[in-house]
Amino acid sequence: MADSFSLMQEQYAKILQTYLQEKNEIGLYHAQQFSKKVLENQISPEEVVSLHLDAIEKFFPDLPQGARDSFEFLLEVMMGYGMAYREHQSLRDKQKELETEINVAANMQQTFLPKEIPSVDSLDVGVISVPASKMSGDYYHFVKDENNCIGVAIADIIGKGVPAALCMSMIKYAMDSLPEQRLQPGALLENLNRVVEQNVASNMFITMMYGSYDPRVHHFYYSGAGHEPGFYYNYKTDSFEELYAKGLVLGITRDTTFREYHKKVEPGDFIVLLSDGVTECRTDEGFIEREELTRFIHQYKHLPAQEIVNNVFYQLEKLQGFQLRDDFSLIILRRKV
Amino acid sequence: MSVQSNVEVRTEWGIVSARQAGRNLAKEIGFSSVDQARITTAISELARNIYLYAEKGEIIIEAVEEIHSTGVKHGIKITAKDKGPGIKNIRQVMEDGFTTSGGLGAGLPGVKRLMDEFDIDSVAGEGTEITTIKWNS
Repeated sequence: MADSFSLMQEQYAKILQTYLQEKNEIGLYHAQQFSKKVLENQISPEEVVSLHLDAIEKFFPDLPQGARDSFEFLLEVMMGYGMAYREHQSLRDKQKELETEINVAANMQQTFLPKEIPSVDSLDVGVISVPASKMSGDYYHFVKDENNCIGVAIADIIGKGVPAALCMSMIKYAMDSLPEQRLQPGALLENLNRVVEQNVASNMFITMMYGSYDPRVHHFYYSGAGHEPGFYYNYKTDSFEELYAKGLVLGITRDTTFREYHKKVEPGDFIVLLSDGVTECRTDEGFIEREELTRFIHQYKHLPAQEIVNNVFYQLEKLQGFQLRDDFSLIILRRKV
Repeated sequence: MSVQSNVEVRTEWGIVSARQAGRNLAKEIGFSSVDQARITTAISELARNIYLYAEKGEIIIEAVEEIHSTGVKHGIKITAKDKGPGIKNIRQVMEDGFTTSGGLGAGLPGVKRLMDEFDIDSVAGEGTEITTIKWNS
């Protein structure tokens, strides 16, 4: 509740008078507390000068004219601060408005992501996707077809924040409008590439990795469009290898083709898909090494897939002092024994 | 009470004369010294815009009143007129932080906040007219 100006005037006169009589630190402390009150009540600097003049005119009725005039002068000098102060307030209000808008948009964006991960008996899946700021330029998608094949996509829009998020929503609609029947990863990327090429400004790039897991034969088919390589964990040899798929970034040329790769997945093996926010995690000593990442994953490999990704995220977040510089997405698909 | 003063602005002296005329009238109407400083600052900003962008124009200062059931409200009305290049995008100049001054509260949004009423008309190639009023509370 804002105090009226006259009440402030009264208070100021009172604390100033006390200070002039006692000249001690407590008086100055009251002045400091008063300055908070002044800000709370949105009183501008020139008004504070006038408060002061009013008060000392009361205490010193025979204030020399020159001293009085000097306050008029000071008042004029403070006008610039007064104007800057009001602008600051108006900009702050505008910022709040923008923040509210972005919060609404960010909530909307969350609804674009799959609400639940499709489950098949033979697969253990873990996903984590955390935006660096409120909106994300990362996207992931899961789909299960009538043969229980699981399609998984992970995409990264170069850049972050609102522009990347807008682009990401387009990818979501493009994926939704693909033909109903399951496409092979290569054909799917070719389709998406055409949509992106037609609809996205030439300075926006999207990388993507798309894979399809067939639980009937335990094969993983995948293709990539300039996306950060993932990892393949081999249970038998207890080692990681790179999951790389050669292919141009989406949206560069219309008739790009994407090579399809495949892997036979044995029990205990797992596939790691990620966005570059994971590997470009920066610490004071520079980017983390991909080996460091696999070391973290290895450390938690005995846990369920969801707990692995949660723990790896926590460790990397911690390494960066809990400040994400880029959107972070990590997916693990493990064949259960 | 003086009815109206017109001050031609084509040099910095014109800016000072406009301020002086505004201050005199504000005092007569009975504005506090803080409000006087606000009114003269608004006049300064408007006159400087004329001086910098239109080369010449005028500032008209007049007393205005409004009759309410509770009594008569007195105020000061400032009109800044020029036949300069005009403003192509008014919405842009009314945005905070747009002015070339680096947006330290100056410019037209700053003037608008110092005063109670603000109105602007501008046609590119023909000129600008800004009217603003401050009421004595």
